[in-house]
Amino acid sequence: MKEQLYSYLLMLGDNSMILAHRLSELCGHGPSLETDIALTNISLDLFGQVRNFFQYAAELKGGDCTEDNIAYLRTEREYYNCILVEQANTDFAHVIARQFFFDQFQYLQLKQLEKSSDETIAAIAAKSIKETRYHLRFSSEWMRRLGAGTEESHIKTQAAVDRLYPFVDELFTASAIEKALSDAGIAMDPGTVKAEYEQETKTVLEEASLILPDAAPRFAQGKQGMHTEQLGYILSEFQYMQRAYPNMEW
Amino acid sequence: MVREALQINNPEVQRALESVCDPEVPVLSIFDLGVVRKVDVLEKHVQIDLTPTYSGCPAMDTIAMDIMTALAEIGYTAKIKHVLSPAWTTDWISEEGRKKLEAYGIAAPRNQQVDKRILIGGASELECTNCGSTNTQLVSEFGSTACKALFRCLDCLEPFDYFKCLK
Ligand SMILES: [Zn+2]
Repeated sequence: MKEQLYSYLLMLGDNSMILAHRLSELCGHGPSLETDIALTNISLDLFGQVRNFFQYAAELKGGDCTEDNIAYLRTEREYYNCILVEQANTDFAHVIARQFFFDQFQYLQLKQLEKSSDETIAAIAAKSIKETRYHLRFSSEWMRRLGAGTEESHIKTQAAVDRLYPFVDELFTASAIEKALSDAGIAMDPGTVKAEYEQETKTVLEEASLILPDAAPRFAQGKQGMHTEQLGYILSEFQYMQRAYPNMEW
Repeated sequence: MVREALQINNPEVQRALESVCDPEVPVLSIFDLGVVRKVDVLEKHVQIDLTPTYSGCPAMDTIAMDIMTALAEIGYTAKIKHVLSPAWTTDWISEEGRKKLEAYGIAAPRNQQVDKRILIGGASELECTNCGSTNTQLVSEFGSTACKALFRCLDCLEPFDYFKCLK
């Protein structure tokens, strides 16, 4: 059980961390000063949440395991984030759609985890959900603005939805660890919030004059450590300092 | 949720802690901000429970370091524990703290309903911290630090920060 809990914390943390890293790549490159600041602020909140998950994971592991080892010193197959969050920034519509699809999921997930029988997970969720609620408001507002904006913003946002939505399915496919831990009242069985997710997502997309694609879900196994080539590029930058100067501290 | 005032039975420690400020909003002491949850003094050692404002707020590390330094100066060692639960909310900013924020030019948090209306483009009820006009407009949900949103006044045309409501 302890080993499973450790892996579960890694999965929770990795989703936020890889997305936070993607957002941090936009620092100084946002389409406007306000959105630049917003995206990096969201990144900072997410990194804070990651620290909470990884500090707890390090405590469980014991020995000389630290939050930094966990974040930086794993191989690609040992990262358990979903494929959605590793998708490249390409254009602003993609950045916002990726954020919206994730925020909506994360909001429902944290709402469940607030009731986790594991007190630390419940405390982290209760802390994080306040921030995630704010992120979700930001990303859904931008979905509406872009979708119902100009002809060009609409076309780009619909393209982002078409490309990214097929990755959403993975979020709701419970891994063996999620199944085992949700039976124990610790984790969320993501299948239980799927209907609510689809309903909430549909509402925002309709207001944004966007439609959900009927393309089949993409086969994705990020939760099992199987990634697209995107993650390799992320990790080579993310881990550079620790690999080049082992044990360096900021 | 309103918090009761913290009792510290050691005036010297109390004074030292009161001197520690939020590095990003230096008019607020850590008590004004409401992040000090518990203080236990055992002879020359102080045990403190702190609660973070935002999960990733870099000010928290600075605050912890400043506390250690302030206590070391009066000959105390300190141990700081970060507690997440119950999670901090902007309601924990003291009345005194809210006044200091406004005087400093940052609009104090209102409530979630007001935030929600403003942030989704509804009419603003925020008074400009410069001229008092409510003819104000949200510029960005995110400001210079994790805790702030950016507004502008349409009358005096000055920008101002709003300490956003977190509940
Ligand atoms: Zn004004």
